[in-house]
Order: sequence, then C-alpha cells, then structure tokens
Amino acid sequence: MTTARRAGTSSSERPSSRLPKPVRQALAFILIIVIIVILWEGLKWFAGDPWRPDNNPFGISHKPMWKLKIASDLNLPHVWTIIEAFGKPSRRNGPPLFEILLAASFFTFREAFMGFLIGGVLGFVLGTIFAHIRFAERGCMPYVVASQTVPILAIAPMVIIWLKAGWVSVAVISAYLTFFPVTINTLRGLKSPPRSAVDLMHSYAASKWAIMWKLRFPSALPYIFVALKISATASVVGAIIGELPSGIRDGLGGAILNFNQYYISGPQRLWATIIASAFVGIFFFVLIALLEKIVLSGRYPETELM
Amino acid sequence: MTNTPTVSLKNVTKIFNPGQPNEVTALKNINLDIWPHEFVSLVGPSGCGKSTLLRLIADLTQPTEGTVQVNGKSAYRARIEQDYGIVFQSPTLYEWRTVAKNVELPLELMKYGRAERRERARKMLQLVELEGFENHHPWQLSGGMQQRVSIARALAFDPALLLMDEPFGALDEMTRERMNLELQNIWDRTGATIVFVTHSIPEAVFLSNRVVMLSPRPGCIAEIVDIDLPMPRAWEVREDPHYFELVNHLRDTLREIEGGMRE
Ligand SMILES: Nc1ncnc2c1ncn2[C@@H]1O[C@H](COP(=O)(O)OP(=O)(O)O)[C@@H](O)[C@H]1O
Ligand SMILES: [Mg+2]
Repeated sequence: MTTARRAGTSSSERPSSRLPKPVRQALAFILIIVIIVILWEGLKWFAGDPWRPDNNPFGISHKPMWKLKIASDLNLPHVWTIIEAFGKPSRRNGPPLFEILLAASFFTFREAFMGFLIGGVLGFVLGTIFAHIRFAERGCMPYVVASQTVPILAIAPMVIIWLKAGWVSVAVISAYLTFFPVTINTLRGLKSPPRSAVDLMHSYAASKWAIMWKLRFPSALPYIFVALKISATASVVGAIIGELPSGIRDGLGGAILNFNQYYISGPQRLWATIIASAFVGIFFFVLIALLEKIVLSGRYPETELM
Repeated sequence: MTNTPTVSLKNVTKIFNPGQPNEVTALKNINLDIWPHEFVSLVGPSGCGKSTLLRLIADLTQPTEGTVQVNGKSAYRARIEQDYGIVFQSPTLYEWRTVAKNVELPLELMKYGRAERRERARKMLQLVELEGFENHHPWQLSGGMQQRVSIARALAFDPALLLMDEPFGALDEMTRERMNLELQNIWDRTGATIVFVTHSIPEAVFLSNRVVMLSPRPGCIAEIVDIDLPMPRAWEVREDPHYFELVNHLRDTLREIEGGMRE
C-alpha cells in the first residue's frame, strides 16, 4: 500500500529547481515582446528612415545602409514613438491617448463580453441539441458550417439594419463569430465518453438527464474550454468589426477608424490602438484560461494554462 | 436456500447486425443457470462471446432469441431495479470526481442521502483497502488501486449480483494475485453472486465454484467444470495436485477448441 501511495503521488511533484509555471509563462511572454522589439528596431536600423538625435531616446544619429518602404517612420513608427503616444493627447487640449484607449477598451470589452455570452450559450445549446437529436445534427450542421463562410463584413451591416445601431447589434455580430467553435466542441465533447462510461450509467438505469449532467457535460468541459478560449479572442475581433458600420465611436473600432483617417499626421496613434486591442483580447483569453484552471482543477496531473 | 437461480439463460442466441454482410453470431443457444452465492467464471479464447454474455445478463444488450432472467425477473427489470453491480476491464472512473465521489456515483443516482453516501463510500473503500484515498483523484492512483475503486463502486449499493469483465486483465502479476485474494474475501463477506470473465484459467480455477468454457464461432458452452476444491482457498491451493489437474484439464479443452479454430 505504501509503495503504491508513493508511486501515485511522486508523478505530481515537479523538480524544485524549475520556476513556478505562471512565472515561466510570464517570462516567456516578456521574452517574446523583447524579441519583437529587437526585430522591429533592427529592421529600422538597417533599412528605415535616418535616426536623428531628436527622434530616439539614445540621442544618436545613424543612416541605415538600405531603404525599405515598409520600414519608414510612417509605415513602422519607432517603438518609443508608439509608447510616447500613449501619454500625449490625441487632440489639442484633449486627455492623454491612454485614457481614451482605456475607455474605448472597456467599452469594446463590454460588447465583446455580451457577444461572448450570447455566442457561448447559443453554441452550447446548439451543440447539446445536435448531440442528442441525430436528425437535427444531420439537418442543421451544414447551415451552421455555411454560416461561417459568409464574411462577417457582409453580415455586420445587415444586423445593424435589423437591430438598429447600438451595443446590442455589436454584441450580436460578435456572437456570430463566437458560437461556432462552441457548437462544434460541445458536440464533440458530449460525444467523447467511451462506451464503458456510458454503459456504467445504463447499468444504474440512469435517465438521459442524469447521463447528460453527471457524465456528458463534465466530459465535454475540457473541449468546451478550448472553444471558449478561441471565442474569447474572436469576440473582441467581432466587437471591433461590429463597431465599424454601426457608427459607434466610443470603442476600439471607432478609435481605429478615427486614427486611420489621421494616419499621416500620427501613425503611432493607430499602432497604439492596435496594441490596446491586442491587450483586450489577451486579457479576455487569460480570464477564460484562469476560469478553466479553476473548473478543471484536480482532473489531471497538471492542468495546462493556454 | 431458494430455488430461483440468480441468473438464468434459456436458449439465448445473440446475432450482431442480423441480415447484414457483417452479421456475427456471437452466442448460440446458451443455457446456463447461476445460483445464489455462486462464483462462476467464463473463460475461452478471445472473441468467443464472454463479454457479450455478461452484457446480456446486465441488459446492456438484448438477446436475439431466448430469455435472460435475473433474480426471477427479466434482465431489463433487474437493471431498472439495480440488482447488479458491474466492473469493466478498464476501471472507468470519472476523472473529475474524487475517489469517494466515484464510489458515491451510483448512490447519488439512486437518491441516497448525503450522510449515508459518505458512510457507504467510506466502508466500501475500507473493504478494498483504500481508506485514506477518499479525496484523491483517479490519476493519482495506480491501475490496481483504480480497479479496486471500481469494485468498491460496484459494491456500494449492496447488489446481490456482481458482474466482472476481465477486471484484472490490465494488472501486473503481483497485483493480480493480491486482488484475487481480496476478491475472494469480498465474495465471502458480502455473500454476493459473482459472474467473472477472465482469460486466465488458473485465476478462474482458483476463484470459482464453476468454470464455464466457451468455444467461438458461434459462441457456445464447450464445457462446465465444477471446481471441488474447499472454500475459502488459501494461496497454497495453487500447489495442490487436484488444482493442477483441473487447470490442466481446462487447458486441454482450450487447446482442442483453438485447434478446431485453426482448421
Ligand atoms: N457491438 C458489436 N457489434 C458487432 N459485433 C460485435 C459487437 N460486440 C461484439 N461483437 C462480436 O461478437 C463476438 C464476441 O465478442 P465478445 O463478446 O467481445 O468476445 P470476448 O469478450 O469473448 O472476447 C466477436 O466476434 C465480436 O467481434
Ligand atoms: Mg471481452
């Protein structure tokens, strides 16, 4: 017994010399950002516009040996120019850009979150129906798949015509991008229990309802979380795209349109908005990944974050 | 003693995919009665229909012809009334449940109260010598321990009939020997009737009152051997000349069957 106990738990112990997983992941994230910055500025060093003492924090002058159009200050602003842009007002006498972007990020996140909820619930319900009713799967699945081949840019204006411009229509557009992975993975997950696991339930004369909630749903959770992580980031994309034709100017989509218009006079502002959008997506993803870790804790030796 | 058999199979035939090109006659005209507190093993070459026979008793599949009765009622009624507990070759534990919660699963479905579920799970885990592992998750247990949890789960609601499909097939030799002794103990203490599928003839002879040898294509009963070694059996029975005789006899029968299969 004691040997079995030891054998059972030793596999869970990680070598103590390694850093805890969250720290390792944070370090990897920072490392990747550093590499991107080095590549970015490296390209500008060799093929960008001339470096002048007043356009870089090191106060150096440098003339790149080649010239590439994509590496010009207009197409690819210096990293520090973009960072600086966060602190500067985007309009004369206006608040600093980061305040605008923060407000826009919250606004878009709220739309994305609503879209995520609508899409998640719809996806789960569809997946559950398909898993239980054979002909529903056969009959409807082709349309569900086809729905994803229609570009969101074609759907968005129609949704806005139907529902009127506002956060509801943006959330619906966002849900359009998010329900599909949830449907597919819910269906797969609900069908994932092996025959013996289902037989066990039948041996107890368990009802369909009991089999759903005590076997199929818990088995499907890891699959559903894979979909939710995809949907979390997709919902942000959906919300941003949804803002464009609806004339909503308070979110990141509005900010992108705005700074795109004034690109020539300040390319760094559009880049700053892109970074803000990426952060909203990453934030949402990490939120779902943490939820997954909590919900699936204990199931496996190590629940993978991401 | 009652004169109702715990399990009664009458002229049972099972054909998979009847009328189709992949039609298989898994069992043909099986007649078998198993009596209360008997330990009956089903042995035979792989594919001879051992699992199918067990699944018929469990009403997880239905006979094409003939009748299956459990405790004097239809196999269907017996399943609905939870007359049996079943153990599969793989432990089939739910990985999101702790060890204790896995044992409590049938009790939850049968609407036992919380306190009673706890108490029974504790007792059953004690029976299979797993006290202290209540809050572990399945992945933290070795294969033998997981299989013991599934036995505890099958016994949790005191079924009078225990169906086991090669429960020790995936275990190493040493664990298997210990599990054999434990199972005999459990059988003795619970008074349950056990139908046990195995591909190990020594294991079948060691544990059983009767060993049923099946032959394949189509699956039918080749021989039923009474194991008249005294119960309970200590491990030393395996050095008894009569034990050897029985094992060798069954091995000869199996060889004959397998010889017939090659022709
Ligand atoms: N669900 C099924 N569908 C079709 N054929 C099956 C099915 N289950 C078992 N069989 C066939 O029935 C025969 C007996 O199988 P089984 O009872 O699993 O044998 P054993 O357990 O003795 O190895 C085999 O030929 C197998 O292929
Ligand atoms: Mg089998």
